[in-house]
Amino acid sequence: MPTVAPLDLEGHCVAAVFLNDVPHFALADGAIHRLDNGHKTLQANDGLLAAFHDTANDRLITGGEDGKVLAVKAGGEVSELASAGKKWITSVSAGPQGAIAYASGKTAFVRFADGKIKEFAHPRSVEGLAFSPKGMRFGIARYNGATLHFPAAEGKPVELEWAGAHTGITFSPDGAFLVTTMQENALHGWKLADGKHMRMSGYPGKVKSLSWSVKGKWLASSGAPAAIVWPFASKDGPMGKAPLELGTRGNTMVTCVACHPSQDVVAISYEDGMVIAARFADAKEVLLRRPGKGAVTSMMWDKEERRIVFGSAAGDCGVIDITA
Amino acid sequence: MSDAQTQIPVTVLTGYLGAGKTTLLNRILSESHGKRYAVIVNEFGEIGIDNDLIVESDEEIYEMNNGCVCCTVRGDLIRVVEGLMRRPGRFDAIVVETTGLADPVPVAQTFFMDDDVRTKTKLDAVVALVDAKHLPLRLKDSKEAEDQIAFADVVVLNKTDLVTPDELEKVEATIRAINPAARIHRTQRSGVALDEVLDRGAFDLSRALENDPHFLDAHDHDHDHDHDGHDHHHHHHASDIHDVTVKSVSLRGGEMDPKKFFPWIEKVTQMEGPNILRLKGIIALKGDEDRYVLQGVHMILEGDHQRAWKDGEKHESRLVFIGRELDAERLRKSFEACQAA
Repeated sequence: MPTVAPLDLEGHCVAAVFLNDVPHFALADGAIHRLDNGHKTLQANDGLLAAFHDTANDRLITGGEDGKVLAVKAGGEVSELASAGKKWITSVSAGPQGAIAYASGKTAFVRFADGKIKEFAHPRSVEGLAFSPKGMRFGIARYNGATLHFPAAEGKPVELEWAGAHTGITFSPDGAFLVTTMQENALHGWKLADGKHMRMSGYPGKVKSLSWSVKGKWLASSGAPAAIVWPFASKDGPMGKAPLELGTRGNTMVTCVACHPSQDVVAISYEDGMVIAARFADAKEVLLRRPGKGAVTSMMWDKEERRIVFGSAAGDCGVIDITA
Repeated sequence: MSDAQTQIPVTVLTGYLGAGKTTLLNRILSESHGKRYAVIVNEFGEIGIDNDLIVESDEEIYEMNNGCVCCTVRGDLIRVVEGLMRRPGRFDAIVVETTGLADPVPVAQTFFMDDDVRTKTKLDAVVALVDAKHLPLRLKDSKEAEDQIAFADVVVLNKTDLVTPDELEKVEATIRAINPAARIHRTQRSGVALDEVLDRGAFDLSRALENDPHFLDAHDHDHDHDHDGHDHHHHHHASDIHDVTVKSVSLRGGEMDPKKFFPWIEKVTQMEGPNILRLKGIIALKGDEDRYVLQGVHMILEGDHQRAWKDGEKHESRLVFIGRELDAERLRKSFEACQAA
């Protein structure tokens, strides 16, 4: 039976992550809480807006209302990577070779490991950004599509067009597909080899959480009363195939999804704070946490695949141990 | 109803650079009313804004992907409001100061069309600052100046000390011709009482028509014009300004047959939506004890039962459209055809 070690905090949790196997909770006020032989807190940004877990370097990249991009490492080490003046940093991401990217207004920035910063101006706001897992390449979500840049080389960006406002972006783990979340209740995808479009619509709400399963065979998403899990194993992605609907509930919406690191299982959490795990093969569900005070906003599995750290919009955070 | 209690009110300030927006904003921020404001600006003007919480955002108009050209939202506001609302303890209300050239429609529609924004905030009122001296020029050279007035709930007619009484009459008549439903306040140095611009509930169906008993009645308005009783008499005053393309159509009728009225208003907003900037109405429905109130922005239409008709209150229906290329005669005839037999 799973057990939950709760951590009740004040405020909206933007990111709940493991750093060096220690649960960390980054709140909207910029405080980073951690459960490291007791509850410890440090202050990072003056107002946190965006956070991204940099797996390769086991650090949390944060962007804030203070215009700063910070790196938070386990044990409370915080370093400033960049500053963009008085404007909000609205999106952050991390890529290969220690590079990070961040966005402020209409400009995306890439900061290389040596501290060199390169700017990418756009005609419209940069709504989201993500690195490709392969090569030094990143994409931004924007109005009417996405733009791909190769920051280490000169050359023209690749424009991918699709009408509408694209708000978030992710590459598949093999780099073959690009998927955006949209202002309307839909995902859009491109097969990068030939630019083929993939429309993934029918959500009753906005999609705010995406998670690729092991080897990128599936893409799980929030935005519906169930986790909507699209098949990406074939070369054309989910086109012409129906998604799985896992963990369907009648009275609430899925707000966050996190795929298991090695198995075809997804942790699904809801508006009311409930967390379950569901298996793709047979849709079997296990309750991991009963409803709490607020919508779950962030989840992450640990390396040992034993624990899930989660955070909520109301501040009731915690760690679920599924083996206990 | 707990949602409604926690919704943060949003006031939108529009107006050309130099009309007095920042002066009004600074008054809102500095006067002692015990409220804390978050301010969203699109450009820092020449006058500083004195507030702890100011967010600068790039105006970003997004057309919704539903085939409707008037269904636009402000993407930057969605993001900023979402960010602000994650730390709601810092402020009690939000003021959005738009650029001089901003289109107020996407700003307002953001608060109706985006689910996240709509659950956490509510649009309180759109306040247009107008420079009495320069308005005639602005109306000649831009569509935005007209849109801002047409879309406003409150018009602050500012810098009245820079014009003659006669010029002021004309400017006010022009404003009234564009938007007969707005409250107009003549001011100098943006000196309007703050309770006339804040907490108006202009988009709140339960309040909208309650706090303004003369709503829709252009000729009942408490300014001392020589009212001649015609719905459109104000056009006479403004007739020397030929650049007004927005007009209003005020309709009045008896009790409506709900089986006719609702399909009609749906159809009008679907067909004429792109031309309708605002619509507001109080409808008497046959066999219904309650007043039915309506408001709309382009194709967005909201309506609800408001309250019971009072004893002795005349059961009549009133509806005003503010927009462009509206066929007044056709609207009038088709509206009247919805009356209960």
